Amino acid sequence: METQYTPVADHALLVTLAEDIRDDVHAAIVAFDQAIIQAKPLGVIEVVPALVNLLVSFDPVVTDHIQVEAALRTLHASASPKAEQATKRTVQVCYEKPFDLDLDAVAKACNLSRDAVIKAHLDGDYKVLMYGFVPGYAYLGGVDASIQVPRKLAAVRDIPAGCVMVAGTQCLVTTLKMPTGWSIIGRSPTHILLNDPLRPFLFDVGDEVTFQRISLDTYNELYAASNRE
Amino acid sequence: MSDATLAVHFAGALVTLQDGGRLGHLRYGVAASGPMDRVAFAAANAALGNVANKTAIEVSLGGLIVECKSGALTLAIAGGDFMIEHAGAKTNGWTVLTLREGERLSVRVGSAGSWAYIAFAGDVVAKEWLGQTATHSTTGFGGGAIQTGQQLVVEHADIREDREGLIEQPDFLPGGVRIRVVMGPQDMWFRTEAIAVFKNTRYKLTNNYDRMGVRLEGEHLALDAALSIPSEPIVRGSVQVTGEGVPTVLLADHHTTGGYPKIATVISTDINVLVQKRSGQEISFEAIPSEVAVKIARQFAQDVACYLAKVSIPRGNLQQRLMQQNLISGAVGLDD
Repeated sequence: METQYTPVADHALLVTLAEDIRDDVHAAIVAFDQAIIQAKPLGVIEVVPALVNLLVSFDPVVTDHIQVEAALRTLHASASPKAEQATKRTVQVCYEKPFDLDLDAVAKACNLSRDAVIKAHLDGDYKVLMYGFVPGYAYLGGVDASIQVPRKLAAVRDIPAGCVMVAGTQCLVTTLKMPTGWSIIGRSPTHILLNDPLRPFLFDVGDEVTFQRISLDTYNELYAASNRE
Repeated sequence: MSDATLAVHFAGALVTLQDGGRLGHLRYGVAASGPMDRVAFAAANAALGNVANKTAIEVSLGGLIVECKSGALTLAIAGGDFMIEHAGAKTNGWTVLTLREGERLSVRVGSAGSWAYIAFAGDVVAKEWLGQTATHSTTGFGGGAIQTGQQLVVEHADIREDREGLIEQPDFLPGGVRIRVVMGPQDMWFRTEAIAVFKNTRYKLTNNYDRMGVRLEGEHLALDAALSIPSEPIVRGSVQVTGEGVPTVLLADHHTTGGYPKIATVISTDINVLVQKRSGQEISFEAIPSEVAVKIARQFAQDVACYLAKVSIPRGNLQQRLMQQNLISGAVGLDD
């Protein structure tokens, strides 16, 4: 599909690269996002990379859709996914009780043992596809086919921050107490909301993420330490 | 200048602290938040001679009653047409007044409007998140919701007598039921009839209305295909249509991405108009080309700048104002 530039009200363009989610499409989005951020076209305020498109917001007093589209077309022609390695991040996760809320249900649905589900989750190569929904919700693509489960029919309320959960091909570590229909398999003490205006969140879109297993004792120690800071 | 403390005797739901908003974090899932009606918020700060975007209180239809417990300070109130009572006397909804120790101020639902702003001659103490005090209502991050029983501290509280009196209201915002939109970005998912229905229906705002968005009531919009589009970015003003064909306009604290198609997007100027309507009131969408939307945004930016410049001129202190009146009276030869 040819890249589409669609006006959004008076102040943005939605740039769509493909109809379906694919690894190469996402790599192209990450490269395009970086190229726009580096080039800072006149009047561009912010860029939001997503699964198949990017939103580019601008100040309509300074520029307009036509000028921004022209600048983006030039950048797009030269932006290509970089050969260099993406930034790697590690997220610790405890799969033990009482944090394993849906682990048995996932194991049953996938016809696997608990340990096999944990192993498949740990072996996955995850990539940050986009942030969305609420602050710090980073959608990680790359859940192994053997442990892909659909969302629950109804959302469960008040799921706490730090839950590691899966739905379909995606995995997410919650940052806030929210309702969710995803399956919760563990809990992480790793902070994603860093509360620093200069670096507010742990991940950037395009980062590679690996999960590291920790025991309940280690979780408790890390949790206590991070909340003493 | 010293501190002033205000005791909150009553605060309705969704009364929050807001500054200009937390721009630039959409890519991390963070909506800008900030005032629902940016013009009224800016007017309240301008009327006090404040720097733009200073932290103010956004009052919802729930209303707010405060009492000055210590110190004294000048406040500006703007937005909608709320009922204001100051020290037992009713005053106009757009006004600058000085609240002194022992005096009460109540801002309550009036004849029109959904949001009013109280700006301070001074710095109201508010928690920051990512460098801003704007409250993100669904998480409570930022300054937060004002609670009944809490105390507000205003540092460097100042009395600005030369600014007291009525605030001129903006006359450049469009009235009536019309809300202008640019169609898309996902209008292609709707049947041709649905696009016509969207443009010709008078929608009612429902009471499913908060800082995240407002759900509308009206003829349903038929989607062309089964919905499983990948999650896409959302902006303030996105008109999102859920599976059953009901449109919702997303507002200040919107989700940043979503998989429902956006049939149209409200232009930034008209969001200030839309948010001041109440549940039960009607709107109709008028589609305009994106080039026209940009022209409107530029004219609007100019109108706002001229308006704020005018509102920010002090009227002079009591003595100066009496003198001006005498001069005017003298000039036209009125004798009392």
